[in-house]
Amino acid sequence: MSKTPSGIEVPVVVTADMAPRGDPEPPAAYPFTRGIFADGYRGRPWTIRQYSGFGSAEESNQRYKFLLQEGQTGLSVALDLPTQCGYDPDDPLARPEIGKVGVSLFALSEMETLFSGIDLGSISTSFTINGSAAMIYAMYLATADRQGVPREKLTGTIQNDILKEYVARGTWIFPVRPSMRLIADSILYSNEVTPRFNAISIAGAHVRDAGCTAVEEMAYTLANGLAYVDELIRRGGSVEHFAKRLSFFFYVHMDLFEEACKFRAGRRVWAKLLTERYGVKDEKALHFRFGVVCGGSSLTLAQPYNNVVRVAIENLAAVLGGAQSIFTCAYDEAFQIPTEFSAELALRTQQIVLHESGVASTVDPLGGSYYVEWLTARMEEEIRKVMEEIEAYGGAEKAIEDGWLQQRIARRALEKKRAKDAGERVVVGENRYRREDQSESYGEVFRLDPAVSGRVLEKLERLRQSRDAAAVERMLARLETAAARDEENLMPYLVDCCHAYATVGEMVTRLKACWGEFREPVRL
Amino acid sequence: MNAPLKGKRILVAKPGLDGHDAGAKVIALALRDAGADVIYTGLRKSPGFIVRTAIDEDVNAVGLSILSGSHKELTREVIAGLRAAGAPEVAVFVGGTIPPEDRAGLVEDGVRAVFTSDMPLAAVIGELARHLA
Repeated sequence: MSKTPSGIEVPVVVTADMAPRGDPEPPAAYPFTRGIFADGYRGRPWTIRQYSGFGSAEESNQRYKFLLQEGQTGLSVALDLPTQCGYDPDDPLARPEIGKVGVSLFALSEMETLFSGIDLGSISTSFTINGSAAMIYAMYLATADRQGVPREKLTGTIQNDILKEYVARGTWIFPVRPSMRLIADSILYSNEVTPRFNAISIAGAHVRDAGCTAVEEMAYTLANGLAYVDELIRRGGSVEHFAKRLSFFFYVHMDLFEEACKFRAGRRVWAKLLTERYGVKDEKALHFRFGVVCGGSSLTLAQPYNNVVRVAIENLAAVLGGAQSIFTCAYDEAFQIPTEFSAELALRTQQIVLHESGVASTVDPLGGSYYVEWLTARMEEEIRKVMEEIEAYGGAEKAIEDGWLQQRIARRALEKKRAKDAGERVVVGENRYRREDQSESYGEVFRLDPAVSGRVLEKLERLRQSRDAAAVERMLARLETAAARDEENLMPYLVDCCHAYATVGEMVTRLKACWGEFREPVRL
Repeated sequence: MNAPLKGKRILVAKPGLDGHDAGAKVIALALRDAGADVIYTGLRKSPGFIVRTAIDEDVNAVGLSILSGSHKELTREVIAGLRAAGAPEVAVFVGGTIPPEDRAGLVEDGVRAVFTSDMPLAAVIGELARHLA
């Protein structure tokens, strides 16, 4: 192998004269190549946060309690597609999708059940939610209110990154402009009301899984990050203040060094961009904090147990890159919701890396390696180059609205698939060492209870009967009126709607009436 | 590459709410390179919309890309819709995250073939060409 998966030529050996001159700066010193904390994981280990959720709130509540009891340290909520796309479960488009890829949280009643017996004041919760992120964040605040937990104690993250949804993940609802407003509303509100909460996690993971390279993943994500910073500044936010609560999210795939160096380079580029462009001085605001997911499209359907090994290597890369939170996919996650067995194995993988491998005992153990410092510098250069291309096109928002970035990623995905078909990119068990007689068995099969969708629909019907319909209507009408005024922050209105048990679908419908829907640019 | 799908009209569709379109786009591009006239629907289309488009565009085949676990329901609706619309000859294919134990059931429901992400593009194109010959 002479090239990294991003196409960087790898020398047979990197010698002292090839590596960047001088020793890298110490950890916690600008531009943070070696990490943002002086004591690395000694002070605080990464958060073990397994993405999980399926069916109705009751089933997911059970799974969360199981994971917490087995040593998971943060929750990560997977939501079903109707909730993510802003449809009530009884919408014809929603019905076949109820509870399939995550838990159905159509209204506050469901979130109260989801966290029943779990103290929101003492656990951090991450929600992979984007199009309807503001509604789910509002619902989380309402749930905390009901639990009697003061809002300022809440920790966690909402993904809330709509730009990459237009590019890769597809759970958009509104057009770009009003979506950007809603994101700014939630971030600015969160900075005041829940100062320990990350109201955005700017994510590259999904564009990566859709086919782009590690370099492009970082470049596209940082470009989106700049678009959000510009939006927040336009809305009167202080970058020194809000940048402290921006967080990021990435995939880790199989090239160990490229992945670790991607994060070292990313930390550096982000800190430099904020300094160069906005003159940010506060070091905390320059910190590039990120979570990762290991697995995804690097996992295979063929010989699925091999995925356990892949995820362990990726987990190691994430730690060597200095991730703040890690999710390791279960080996069967490429084709089903993990069973309790595979979910536990994925959790144990992280615990073995943390407690047995020794990699977490010193900060940035790779720092100073000729190859690692050389590759970090090369990746920084390449990331900057891709960012310049986006800038030359007119910035991330325009590149996405026009479908330019989507087209670029689709072409890259085709290239990658062809390289795999041709055997240029080796995938063990799939295009190398494949056994024609191999069984497709992967152990226990996860079966979602087929009665889930009926139960969710029943609960929705019961809620509609039991809530104060006049109060719901009053809150929704206020929301719609406020949406028409650009200078209003919609968060307080959304929290009121949630408290009145308005559904996500109802809130979204009112906002669509005001803003319309996103029209996808379909360019092949 | 020659053009084994020359003259064939194929609709690549994303039914339901699933937003993972990398596979659909890769297939659409590869089929186009193999000579087919490809129409891609974009995301979040109802089975009804897909059936109408298939008929309006007079396609030989519909490829449904589904990664959300809703493949059984959505596929059945599209096949039933095509039959009801008097177009049972339109061949339906499914790709995406389809657990091995669900594949036979889809074929029983009328799907011609199920494709998974580990299949080489050449194999997908070859199988399509065989079914559409």
